[in-house]
Amino acid sequence: MSSTTMPRQGGGASRALLHRDRIIAGPGFSRWMVPPAALCVHLCIGQAYAFSVFNLPMTRLIGITQSAPDDWKLTELGWIFSIAIVFLGLSAALLGRWVEEGGPRRAMVAAALCWGGGFMVSAAGVAIHNIWLIYVGYGVLGGFGLGIGYISPVSTLIKWFPDRPGMATGMAIMGFGGGAFIASPLSVGLMHYFSTPTHVGVAETFVVLGVVYFCFMMVGAAIVRLPPAGWAPEGYVAPAQPKKLITTRHVFVYQALKTPQFWLIWWVLCLNVTAGIGVLGQASAMSQEMFPGHITAAAAAGFVGLMSLFNMGGRFFWASVSDFIGRKNTYFVFFALGFVLYALVPYAGAAGSVALFVLCFCVIISMYGGGFATVPAYLRDMFGTRYVGAIHGMLLTAWSAAGIFGPVLVNYIRQYNVDHGIPKAQAYNVTMYLMAALLVVGFLCNLLIRAVHERHHMEEQNEAGVIGMAD
Amino acid sequence: MVARAQGTTSLHLVLAWGFVGIPLAWGVIETVLNAMKLFG
Repeated sequence: MSSTTMPRQGGGASRALLHRDRIIAGPGFSRWMVPPAALCVHLCIGQAYAFSVFNLPMTRLIGITQSAPDDWKLTELGWIFSIAIVFLGLSAALLGRWVEEGGPRRAMVAAALCWGGGFMVSAAGVAIHNIWLIYVGYGVLGGFGLGIGYISPVSTLIKWFPDRPGMATGMAIMGFGGGAFIASPLSVGLMHYFSTPTHVGVAETFVVLGVVYFCFMMVGAAIVRLPPAGWAPEGYVAPAQPKKLITTRHVFVYQALKTPQFWLIWWVLCLNVTAGIGVLGQASAMSQEMFPGHITAAAAAGFVGLMSLFNMGGRFFWASVSDFIGRKNTYFVFFALGFVLYALVPYAGAAGSVALFVLCFCVIISMYGGGFATVPAYLRDMFGTRYVGAIHGMLLTAWSAAGIFGPVLVNYIRQYNVDHGIPKAQAYNVTMYLMAALLVVGFLCNLLIRAVHERHHMEEQNEAGVIGMAD
Repeated sequence: MVARAQGTTSLHLVLAWGFVGIPLAWGVIETVLNAMKLFG
């Protein structure tokens, strides 16, 4: 047996209070308690999408009504979110195995400590006006909370919902999209409450958010449970003839990296996210520039809000649909329909059809969110349930990469076109066609995905050992 | 070790879903009201 396929067994510490062995569900426990536990974590860490509400107030911590010379610049503050996303990817990739083997409660508590602690350190940074404390607090510590928290409930949900794994993970990952809806008005309200003529109230808001998020996530950690070994939903019978693309075996976390399937799915996610994330960040400016006089700044803000709703709703909708049509077919829909819609956007601009433009982007963004939510179940189909959380963690590096590619493509191509005399209303056309081309590449990557070769599977007796650990 | 055997009641489910559902619904309503500006 290869050493890489031997799962690490817990020693004396395995009996620790937070360990997976201590949270195996007793008789009568309803699996419908687990999605709220997952949402407790994802709704909190989804705050990251709303961090920009602090940007302007933090540029006038000294000047209060307007920026003073010693106040921080937006360029310095922009790094906070970037560092957090980098550490999200790093921590999810590096700590995935630790999360998987220790179980969801230990991971959720760690995520709560990092996330809540990150806000506290950042509050100190605001109070003494030291931006490095915020980089370390929200960026590094909070980034660890994001990464650990994001993957912590994934495999647990998949184990509780073997009949509907897409829907189950879709619910949790929908929470990540929805977290910003709560955080944005809550943060604005708190800053308004704590602000005085000599104070903008950011530090106090960070303290309150840190405490509230910590408590909220700890509720999730308290109610989460793992199913007992061999558990299955009442009336559920595993298909006698397993589907070709759904394995009943398990692939060890690091062995998955040696399969072409992992890297093909990496590209599938990366390209799907790249196509969405670029326009998501530029939606307000793009809508106003493509429809000058028709879409005002206020209407553009409404457009961004509408896209956020479709981003969140798409996570649940598409992941649930994938349970019926299959993960591979779902991504085929994303890429084929996305191609058509991106190609239609320049036409909508030329025709002056705001309705078609809005419709195209709402569907595109729903598929962007759907890509995030469907991929854990895709990984489960390919690599089994045992290490799916850890493998998912490593796959999130595709998100980090797309976070760089997407905005760069949209911004630089637009600027290049504007610099070369193309009217602003048409400056996005090339970008839209380029996004459509990226989706064609994604379609081909998805097309190439086959079942994982059995040489990558864990050995039977090893699987039996880990399944005995309440899988 | 198995966690203390304890059945889930309807009240547990209502509390758990309400705990996450109420803030989420509030956030969604705020966002929908904001999104209405597109059609205003």
